[in-house]
Amino acid sequence: MTHTPIIPILIPLIAAFSILITKRYGFKVGQTISLLSIIALIFVSIFTLIDITSTEEVLVYKLGNWEAPFGIVLVLDSLSILMVSITSLLAFGALWYAISEKIDKEGVHFHSLFQLQIFGLNGAFLTGDIFNLFVFFEILLLASYSLLLHGKAEGRTKAGLHYVIINLIGSTLFLFAVGTLYGILGTLNIADMAYKVSLLDSENISVVAAAGLLLLVVFGLKSAMFPLYLWLPSAYGKTSAPVAALFAIMTKVGLYAIIRVHGTIFGENAGELAYYYIPWVLNIGLITLTLATFGVLASKEIRNQVAYLVLTSVSILLIAIGINSQDALGGAIYYMIHSTFLAAGFFLVADVILKARTTGYFDKQMPIFKEAIIIGALFFIFAVAVAGLPPLSGFFGKIMILSASLEHTHTAIILSVVLISSLLIIIALSKSGSAIFYDTTLDVEPLDEYKLSKSTLASIFFLFLFAPLLVIFANPITEFTNTIAANLFDTSKYITTVINIEEVIK
Amino acid sequence: MEILLALIIAVLTGVGVFLTLRARTFPVVLGLTFLAYAVNLFLFAMGRLNINQAAIIQENVSNYSDPLPQALVLTAIVISFGMTAFVIVLSLKAYGELKSDHVDGKVLDKDGDK
Repeated sequence: MTHTPIIPILIPLIAAFSILITKRYGFKVGQTISLLSIIALIFVSIFTLIDITSTEEVLVYKLGNWEAPFGIVLVLDSLSILMVSITSLLAFGALWYAISEKIDKEGVHFHSLFQLQIFGLNGAFLTGDIFNLFVFFEILLLASYSLLLHGKAEGRTKAGLHYVIINLIGSTLFLFAVGTLYGILGTLNIADMAYKVSLLDSENISVVAAAGLLLLVVFGLKSAMFPLYLWLPSAYGKTSAPVAALFAIMTKVGLYAIIRVHGTIFGENAGELAYYYIPWVLNIGLITLTLATFGVLASKEIRNQVAYLVLTSVSILLIAIGINSQDALGGAIYYMIHSTFLAAGFFLVADVILKARTTGYFDKQMPIFKEAIIIGALFFIFAVAVAGLPPLSGFFGKIMILSASLEHTHTAIILSVVLISSLLIIIALSKSGSAIFYDTTLDVEPLDEYKLSKSTLASIFFLFLFAPLLVIFANPITEFTNTIAANLFDTSKYITTVINIEEVIK
Repeated sequence: MEILLALIIAVLTGVGVFLTLRARTFPVVLGLTFLAYAVNLFLFAMGRLNINQAAIIQENVSNYSDPLPQALVLTAIVISFGMTAFVIVLSLKAYGELKSDHVDGKVLDKDGDK
């Protein structure tokens, strides 16, 4: 048995505790351990990703060597290792920015909390059973609560309180759903649950359906789908920039959980329950996209606007999952890679603008600030990428999702909502860009000048780099995402590898 | 016994939801605790209600109760305790910073209006 699946979980966990233990040797040691851990994580996940792509295996790691439905398993397939790779690359960019802007020094324990956050994220991506998904969700949430409140800023406590309370209620719902599913199906392993659902008695179908939809509510809360997104703009807008950048992956955890849990358990083998959650996801995705676009248009502050942009990317992914075809899911995974990095980078750009201009509000006229040309260029390229204009990757992701939607029965609605929202996002971004960089005044005295360091610039460029790379290597990447999507639709390989049965009953 | 347990879970959940909607940090924390109790009982009951079944492996015993819900409840209790502790500290911090125990941080006058 290979030990690969547990390594991405162990590295950040060990790093987090080593940072605590070595605290007396100074802050630099903790910083170094944190960076080394993330770099090690990048190497491990990228090598495993390449390895998994060539062999197309599903690796199952049995903890304590207990067999699958009884013991806890970690499952590493191409989707989960892709998510782990995205997380580690994103964490590297965010950590780089935090160190170069000295945000990690605003309070103690930034680095160990950061590592615990990565620990929870990687665990949630790699776990093969639903109760451990809950446990890892709690780990990443607890780390995120503390990271959100890290350092001092206006309104952070209030936004944090809302975020914590709503997530605690979400955890309660999660446990209710898990309990119901266990009561009926008698198992918590995702693959085994999928197998048991195919054998379900007709009298129990409605209970399982209700529990499945309750789970969808919980994952929807994590991925900020309508009407559970109201915590997101204030929480993401108020926290420090690198934490907000790392949180760009947090909404994707919810989406990943929907793809993994619902896609496997209520897949095509589920009989009467096959894909019964799909219409909910599609319709809620369309509503979320509409409201998030209005949010982007109505935002008066730059970080708030970026938070709503995260929400639009989440809702496009929800729509892509809701279209429920292999092409749409392949496009969704491509768009997920793009939107995670670009949204994270945009949070960093917004923070730089905020520091240089001293205010993020669009309606306040400020003098032209130092290095406005470089920062303006950064804003421009990120705005182009996030809005989905060619030639950057957002355009290709949207094209793939929209062309997949052409075969759907509600093509007209999907096309019009996505395209009009894209147009409105472009308008909103050009409006805010011109307000920040053109609408200047000499009446106000410039405050203390912010100097954009080369290291900060490099960390932002590191996150931007993925937009052109996704275009240049579009062919191999789309081939890869399409194989992932094909594997997600044919769940029998996942199920048979994990629980060791001959064949899934059709 | 089933009806009694179902009623207890229902009352705990109802109280929890009611208190969570009170928009003051102290009732909200209490409400979250009630919800946690309700969900722990619910998880425990998911192994089905049995009498005279051993939880620990013993000689001469053939009937065992389902051990998994007990393990789940144990984990859930630990997590909910940790979360409650965190939310209590956070609401104390919010009270100190916002000068109000309202979850939106609104300062109320004597009549209770904003």
